[in-house]
Amino acid sequence: MTTLALGTAPPPKRAPKRVLPGFGLTLGYTLFYLSVIVLVPLSALVFKTFSLTWEQFWAAISAPRVLASYRLTFGASFIAACVNLVFGLLIAWVLVRYQFPGKKVVDALVDLPFALPTAVAGISLTALLAGNGWIGQYLEPMGIQLAFNPNGIVIALIFIGLPFVVRTVQPVLEDTEKELEEAATSLGATRWQIFTQVILPSITPALLTGFAMAFARAVGEYGSVIFIAGNMPMVSEITPLIIIGKLEQYDYAGATAVAVVMLVISFVMLLVINALQAWQRRHAGMPA
Amino acid sequence: MSHVDTASALPTGTPAAATGGHTPPRRRAKAGTTEARWVQWLLIGVALVFLLLFLVLPLAAVFTEALRKGLDAYLAGLREPDAWSAIRLTLITAVIAVPLNLVFGVAAAWAIAKYEFKGKALLTTLIDLPFSISPVVAGLMYVLVFGANGWFGPWLAAHDIKIIFAVPGIVLATVFVTFPFIARELIPLMQAQGNDEEQAAVVLGASGWQTFWHVTLPNIKWGLLYGVILCNARAMGEFGAVSVVSGHIRGQTNTIPLHVEILYNEYQSVAAFAAASLLALLALVTLLIKTVAEWKSEQELKAAAALPPERPNTP
Repeated sequence: MTTLALGTAPPPKRAPKRVLPGFGLTLGYTLFYLSVIVLVPLSALVFKTFSLTWEQFWAAISAPRVLASYRLTFGASFIAACVNLVFGLLIAWVLVRYQFPGKKVVDALVDLPFALPTAVAGISLTALLAGNGWIGQYLEPMGIQLAFNPNGIVIALIFIGLPFVVRTVQPVLEDTEKELEEAATSLGATRWQIFTQVILPSITPALLTGFAMAFARAVGEYGSVIFIAGNMPMVSEITPLIIIGKLEQYDYAGATAVAVVMLVISFVMLLVINALQAWQRRHAGMPA
Repeated sequence: MSHVDTASALPTGTPAAATGGHTPPRRRAKAGTTEARWVQWLLIGVALVFLLLFLVLPLAAVFTEALRKGLDAYLAGLREPDAWSAIRLTLITAVIAVPLNLVFGVAAAWAIAKYEFKGKALLTTLIDLPFSISPVVAGLMYVLVFGANGWFGPWLAAHDIKIIFAVPGIVLATVFVTFPFIARELIPLMQAQGNDEEQAAVVLGASGWQTFWHVTLPNIKWGLLYGVILCNARAMGEFGAVSVVSGHIRGQTNTIPLHVEILYNEYQSVAAFAAASLLALLALVTLLIKTVAEWKSEQELKAAAALPPERPNTP
């Protein structure tokens, strides 16, 4: 999505010439709107945590049920991001390198998780995987249960994160130089050697960026997961649901404490993604 | 990190330099740069099966479940008053949230893409922030500002203004969640296009507004359209953030996704999927418009590339 534009090179840096009008107006409005919508509410969250003592804060974020939810949220997000790394690369590869009927439709469909509301994804995946669903009815007799347990969470998170990897890798793959592969072939390299030693290194930054984006999105995901998870405490209760649970008991301070933990993780992920994107631009020989 | 060294030793992205100034015509893939036919079909097959299982089946399931008991049951689910009020509220929310973020997106992209200033990288990162914050945390933030015990809670109560558990809270949460969409679409696009055309217009005497309207806007219209429809799809479909601030009052503060949740939890499967099918249709229309917009913008790029160069290319 946003990363599609990475394929096009930004213009060479010029000396700042403020011929164009509107700098003060547009920057001023940007900062005002950013403050009202994002920064003020964000600071409310941070200030609210100061109403807790350190012991209270620590007790809220390290209760066994909350710890279990971190393990589940991060574990499921990591597994889902790994699956998306492999299949996202495969789908991007097939879309860039091969011709097949219906390719345009498939390409458009990859963005479905961006456009389909998460609650809709949640109930429809549940309907598919529950014991009486299209897929569930064949798996249940084999003793495989994919809904109402952590397996379902991983599947929902795979759905949510898939386009991130595909859309980050696709433009980079389109820009890789066939000449390098021809050179490698003429030097006697096999296709597999070329893939692992020529192509893979050049798309590694994009792959990792997509992975980090899918992971970050999965950690905060709520809508698609709660329908399929079963939401059993200690087993299949994700961290955002812990926040909702505390809010429903009017435990605003406790909810805020857990939210701050999630917020810190969001910041870290954002920095990681920024660093990866900078690496990707350097890699592609563009100015950072 | 040996793989990094391998890559940096190879001159990626500089084909012109390697061939002495002029790029050779693009050759079709030939033997050696592509896989055997059976490998190709195997990879295509695995990719398509994965997409079928994870994307096509869930989409098909929405419509099948909605029509499980026939068209009459489907329409009955959409005709109940609560469904109507959910649809109305969803439309109102999108009609307010999308234009707000549109104005912001254009202003932010203009400031960031057209000028150099200190703190630009930080500003760009902050604009991305709502993408990485969990929707539930976003909703909680607004509760802490405007809720009964929040910063402005007592003042709002004294003036009889309701934001949380009311429509304004839903709109605010939606604005937050869809905040970066249009800006993130426009910034790279406007950066890639540079300032030359706008500067020419200004030098020739156009006002700032005329420059934007007649020079910049035609250049960014397809990206802008894509940003707007994606922002709209997310605004109409947002669940987590809206769920925290809505209070789930039937007929009053339920959007379509919240209506879907309530029906689903009450085991009214057909009605839940009927409402969900509206959102699925919206997603399909969004993807269709996106594909058309991409195609149109490619056509225009090709048309522009086909024009004769304005100055000779010196090798």
